[in-house]
Amino acid sequence: MANDKYETHEYDVIVIGAGGAGLRAAIEASAAGVKTALICKSLLGKAHTVMAEGGIAAALRNVYQEDNWKVHFRDTMRGGKMLNNWRMAQLHAQEAPDRVLELEEWGALFDRTKDGRILQRDFGGHRYARLAHVGDRTGLEMIRTLQQHAVHKGIDVYMECNIQRLLKDGDRVCGAFGYWRESGKFVTFKSKAIVLATGGVGKAWKFTSNSWEYTGDGTTLAADVGADLIDMEMIQFHPTGMVWPNSVRGILVTEGVRGDGGTLRNSEGERFMFNYITDYFRAETAETEEEADAWYEDKTNNRRTPDLLPRDEVARAINAEVKAGRGSPHGGVLLDIASRRSAEYIARRLPSMHHQFKELADVDITKEPMEVGPTCHYIMGGVRVEADTAATTVPGLYAAGEVAAGLHGANRLGGNSLSDLLVFGRRAGLYAAQYAQNLEGHPSPDADQIEQYAQELLAPFNNDGGENPYTVHMALQDCMQNLVGIIRTESELKKAQTEIASLKERLAKVTVEGHRQYNPGWNLALDLQSLLTTAEATTMGALERKESRGGHTREDHPGPDPDKYGKINLVLRRKDGELSLSEEPLPEMPDDLKELFEESK
Amino acid sequence: MASEFTMRVWRGDISGGEFKDYRVEAQEGMVVLDVIHTIQATQAPDLAVRWNCKAGKCGSCSAEINGKPRLMCMTRMNLFEPGETITISPIQTFPLLRDLVTDVSFNYEKAKSIPALKLKAKEADGTRRMYQDDVDRVQEFHKCIECFLCQDVCHVIRDHEDNKPEFAGPRSFVRLASLEMHPLDEEDRREFLKSDAGLGYCNITKCCTEVCPEGIHITDNAIIPLKERVVDAYYDPVVWLMNKLTGK
Ligand SMILES: Cc1cc2nc3c(=O)[nH]c(=O)nc-3n(C[C@H](O)[C@H](O)[C@H](O)COP(=O)(O)OP(=O)(O)OC[C@H]3O[C@@H](n4cnc5c(N)ncnc54)[C@H](O)[C@@H]3O)c2cc1C
Ligand code: SF4
Ligand code: SF4
Ligand code: FES
Repeated sequence: MANDKYETHEYDVIVIGAGGAGLRAAIEASAAGVKTALICKSLLGKAHTVMAEGGIAAALRNVYQEDNWKVHFRDTMRGGKMLNNWRMAQLHAQEAPDRVLELEEWGALFDRTKDGRILQRDFGGHRYARLAHVGDRTGLEMIRTLQQHAVHKGIDVYMECNIQRLLKDGDRVCGAFGYWRESGKFVTFKSKAIVLATGGVGKAWKFTSNSWEYTGDGTTLAADVGADLIDMEMIQFHPTGMVWPNSVRGILVTEGVRGDGGTLRNSEGERFMFNYITDYFRAETAETEEEADAWYEDKTNNRRTPDLLPRDEVARAINAEVKAGRGSPHGGVLLDIASRRSAEYIARRLPSMHHQFKELADVDITKEPMEVGPTCHYIMGGVRVEADTAATTVPGLYAAGEVAAGLHGANRLGGNSLSDLLVFGRRAGLYAAQYAQNLEGHPSPDADQIEQYAQELLAPFNNDGGENPYTVHMALQDCMQNLVGIIRTESELKKAQTEIASLKERLAKVTVEGHRQYNPGWNLALDLQSLLTTAEATTMGALERKESRGGHTREDHPGPDPDKYGKINLVLRRKDGELSLSEEPLPEMPDDLKELFEESK
Repeated sequence: MASEFTMRVWRGDISGGEFKDYRVEAQEGMVVLDVIHTIQATQAPDLAVRWNCKAGKCGSCSAEINGKPRLMCMTRMNLFEPGETITISPIQTFPLLRDLVTDVSFNYEKAKSIPALKLKAKEADGTRRMYQDDVDRVQEFHKCIECFLCQDVCHVIRDHEDNKPEFAGPRSFVRLASLEMHPLDEEDRREFLKSDAGLGYCNITKCCTEVCPEGIHITDNAIIPLKERVVDAYYDPVVWLMNKLTGK
């Protein structure tokens, strides 16, 4: 294309992000017969999905016949404290089993039951053993299977290509603009439809299980072109991250450890989770250690251990124990599987945890307890989508996976993300392809607009403000960790707002050295834009939601407020450059589904 | 319990470069990748390095540490004596892009050429049945995190650039073995193994097995059985078929 100043490619559908959601979307779009590209900012196969450990939730009924989509649906809604989009939760529970079996068709090899079917394990908040898994490296199996399938289907993949702006033609999206990490050169993708599958935001916090990629790019790209964000205050702190040595603090310890028999104790040796059973989950949780222990062997006649309450509950409990002075030597609590399970069992079921602790912390988990504490892990909020089609509020723009919001409500159950990626990744790919097929003409981005973006992206080289991007990033992480963490309060949230505002001013002065070729300093300077936007959105939502629910706990509003905040999503939208917030009612659940919750009371 | 080290890090691109020394303090528990990040944040903001998980799960942070191919995120600083000079260079077998980052597209190109999985028909009841004993050996191969350290160390391509078109390398053999030994696969990859993947170039030095951070027995469990299949196939198609059917 002679008149394009920068390298330019044209597609029907581009998928931004090559984790589980993006790969599944690209596979579906390409199978629908449209010209599809997959773009990612790391190498293919290195997305966050590769790190997932415990498993994929799907009511396959291989271990418990009693399981079915309705039970999974109910668990998901209750785990999300009923803030979920009910239709997404329904589709997810109904379609997850087919999506998992499809992975098996494409070569995935899950751990097996005795009769040769897919084995399922227990996880927090799931009524029955429901997670299909491969030891504790399920994400690796999933991403490799999808990656190889996509490669064999001949889908075009653009690796280490970082998308910085979405392009619009009137009210529709028509492409994306970014740079190659390798050369630092710019590239334009013209496209009729776009699927965002960029994952999460955890790098705004100091202690996190997330990698450098999790800078909130997708949420920011979407908001910048006018798409709605919802539930941005809902951040999941996973209860069990490593706490020692300091350099590995935040790295995840899978919930599979508790699913397979691990229990939490404080420094006094007490199984403290029994003191934190809320009324909401009392009926289904064991009250004594004897009952909890018996549950491991006989799940039909005993209630489950409180160690496996949903993550928000366990994270708050650990936080409270440490605050009360009953923490472990390095400020966590103890997670012990060695006293219940044999070394052989642990090494087989949890090989990567075994390896990780041995190599990084000199701890042998087959003999000793692990020290664990909460770590920033996942964002339930994100881009608002239509349940059936994954369409955002901007024509031509779709979103799936962690970047999208709604399915998980106020708290995500373990294992429900990997299934989310497959169910809604497929739907996003399908509907994006249909949209592209029905659209006449070619996408035509505005060249002047592109030129303006190019200049914006080069600004850090021309600044003389002298701010170091790494220093600004660390200041943001401290701010979010200390002021917008697990337990929040109005005065701290307001302080965070002031700090974020001053960090934005510092960002304008960030200066980078060197040239554009593979320059992490420059790349981080650009990522800071989306990190700050996300941090701002989360803080705004957290300040506005004056109640405690799921991943959002307010010290100054300790209980849920079912009459007001239990009925609304907080919606964020960019207006004249600034984020503005409004309240909108949750979609109303139909009566036949409502009954599922009444019966069980 | 901080200790001082000198990190001698390769800085440069295809047009040239040199080792540069950085003095850094390593806190207790730190790994090489942490120290590289410290250098980035305080002394060399444009130092190029790949990483993602920082827990040995993604295979992004491969480098040569004192000449040994390793993951930087799984190499603890307490392996070294305080005061020691530690050399960090990019993996050698692939073309340098910048500093510690190399062009690993060779591996992705080889992956494209591998004949895909072809499953046999489902059971009469519409399900797939596979037993743990049958999948165990393939699960070992699926542990591969694509760090390409085995590719880096294999002399067939490390020392002979011109072998690259004809030789797929140990990572590809691990993948080929996983497909060949999948309990339900029906594809025939013998000709591919021999002619396209260059299995014959491998003279079983086991260097690849030694560096695999996932502990995959690349030579014993993947390469040798593949070699046997190719040989069997040439001398006795019936033996090959039996192997295939019994997943041996
Ligand atoms: C350690 C860990 C363990 C976990 N274990 C489990 C588990 O057992 N079960 C479960 O259900 N969930 C688990 N999760 C959560 C789950 O893994 C993630 O939520 C999920 O993988 C996200 O997938 P995704 O497809 O949305 O995004 P990702 O897999 O993160 O992929 C994002 C993609 O977007 C690309 N990208 C981002 N920004 C840009 C940009 N600007 N330009 C171009 N490309 C971009 C990235 O390069 C990447 O390819 C775990 C998470 C972690 C961190
Ligand atoms: S055993 Fe074969 S593949 Fe492995 S390093 Fe030696 S020659 Fe290369
Ligand atoms: S086989 Fe081992 S060394 Fe080779 S790429 Fe895979 S994990 Fe790395
Ligand atoms: S950063 Fe993932 S393996 Fe080292």
